[in-house]
Amino acid sequence: MAERTPLWAVFVLPALLVAVALVTAGVDAVLAAGARTGRPASLREVAVRAAGPGREVLRQLVQQPRRTRASDVPLARIGAALLPVAAVLAAVVLPLGFRSVSDLPDGIVWFNAMEALAWAAVWLAGWGPNSTLSLIGGYRFLAQGLAYELPHMLAITTAALGAESLRVGEVVDAQAGLWFAVWMPAAFGIYLLSAMAMAFWGPFDQPAGQDVAGGAAAELSGADRVLFLGGRWLLLVVAAAFSVPLFLGGGHGPLLPGWAWTVLKTAAVLAFLVWARRRIPTLRMERYLELAWVVLTPLAIAQALVVAVVVLNR
Amino acid sequence: MDAAVFWILAVLAVVSGVWVFRFDSMARATFSLLTSLLCVGGLVILLGLDYLGIVIVLMMTIEMAIMAVFMVMYMMNPAGLMPMTMMHNKKGAAVVCGLVFALLAAGILLAPWPARRGKAPADPTMELGMSLMGPQMLTMMTLGLALFATIVATVVLATRRGRYDRLGDDLRARRADDPVRGGVGQ
Amino acid sequence: MTLELLLLVAAALFCVGLFGALTQQSIVMLMMGLELMLGGVILAAAAAWHYIAPAAADGQVLIVLAVTAMALEMAVGFAVVTALFRSREVDMTDMAAELKE
Repeated sequence: MAERTPLWAVFVLPALLVAVALVTAGVDAVLAAGARTGRPASLREVAVRAAGPGREVLRQLVQQPRRTRASDVPLARIGAALLPVAAVLAAVVLPLGFRSVSDLPDGIVWFNAMEALAWAAVWLAGWGPNSTLSLIGGYRFLAQGLAYELPHMLAITTAALGAESLRVGEVVDAQAGLWFAVWMPAAFGIYLLSAMAMAFWGPFDQPAGQDVAGGAAAELSGADRVLFLGGRWLLLVVAAAFSVPLFLGGGHGPLLPGWAWTVLKTAAVLAFLVWARRRIPTLRMERYLELAWVVLTPLAIAQALVVAVVVLNR
Repeated sequence: MDAAVFWILAVLAVVSGVWVFRFDSMARATFSLLTSLLCVGGLVILLGLDYLGIVIVLMMTIEMAIMAVFMVMYMMNPAGLMPMTMMHNKKGAAVVCGLVFALLAAGILLAPWPARRGKAPADPTMELGMSLMGPQMLTMMTLGLALFATIVATVVLATRRGRYDRLGDDLRARRADDPVRGGVGQ
Repeated sequence: MTLELLLLVAAALFCVGLFGALTQQSIVMLMMGLELMLGGVILAAAAAWHYIAPAAADGQVLIVLAVTAMALEMAVGFAVVTALFRSREVDMTDMAAELKE
């Protein structure tokens, strides 16, 4: 059971998330550069590339921001800032080991509600600059949201069903013996897919895709751009980290303390997602929509049914 | 603390509710409505109904994001770059609303409200679930049927293409003739 | 924070929504007024649950009902707007096609 957490955790949480997001972005940058040059790099080159995302943040912050004509600046600002805020708010229920900042009684619904704020955030950031390409990006994210949200909700509901509780702490406790990923593989797979879709990243990066010059982020610059693209990485980290208490047993594991297991498992999920990004081509949304509604949703419902029968007979 | 949160949420809810009808930009109007409804969700959480409050936040965020698309699609001046008013019968409506509010307020302030009976259960969410799956089962089933009927009705109303358009006059076509092909090849 | 105050806020939301629903010309804006009115209903139900009968789940069920009503109203409203828009457009193209013959 989760203990009470001191107040300073509120301030540590965003810092920790940003650090993890920077490391993940660095690893991704190293992999991308490696794929581009196609030859093994020296240690120094790797270090320079890994620091790339950090340098990019600093560059954007000191650079002169640009504006588009007749843009709706407040809305674009709200949209860009809402993305990291939503990610951090969702992370409030994330346990590190067995402690989270606040183990809300409805933690799983809370997480879902906060990541849904990303819908509003991306659309606003796309609408605000009064630019066609960024508006296309915003619309694409709504289409993507409609595609991933239904199986996603069913998948996280399945985990709650297995633990008979909406409290994240109790979901972790229920996995002391067997991880949920083992007997709910369909739900776990769907969750990983929707984690990438939620952060519009990897195969689901159409809302900010190359084909529309960066989509929703096309016209953002300066601090807005840092907040928006940084918020996207934060969202990816939080979504990946939430799969650990939901499906991978949280802090449970032999020998090491709980927090170490959480960090290890989160790193493993993130590494898998970063690897998968380089293996899977970008999915067009109408393709994923049909797959999600015709295949994944019935699959998730069947999975929930199996879990419900198991729980009833326990 | 609770009082401060209450006043902030209450004032924000009403003020952003008013601004829904004052903004020229449809995007701003929609998200002003979202702000108002999120504040309602916050007040519901403040009253001790955590689950329902969070569900309201979740639903309203998604609903308003979709609403924004339709607003932009069907309004003739969605960005509000050329201010115009699309109101009718402003005076009559103001009188009606003023009267309704005066009546409601009088009723609220004058009614002899009963004292609080019973105590809130330790887990209101559990109570709600037990109620919906027990004594209120009929309500739940009616809601389910209504939702299903709505899905069918909205698709019928909104779609232009039926199965004859997709599969040919004798419904024998092996592959549906869709303007945009889906991912499963249906 | 008292029952009366909460109900007054709910009434204010309801009346603002009513004003919008009565004055707006476009169907989409009218629906936003309806949403606001239902928001007031939700708040009133939550206040009644908390201050009058917290032991019974009826207040909560009423909120579930109102939230569902909001979703239904939105979905049907947009479908009707789409149908209206589409039928008018189809009428126009039909007329254009007849002119050609």
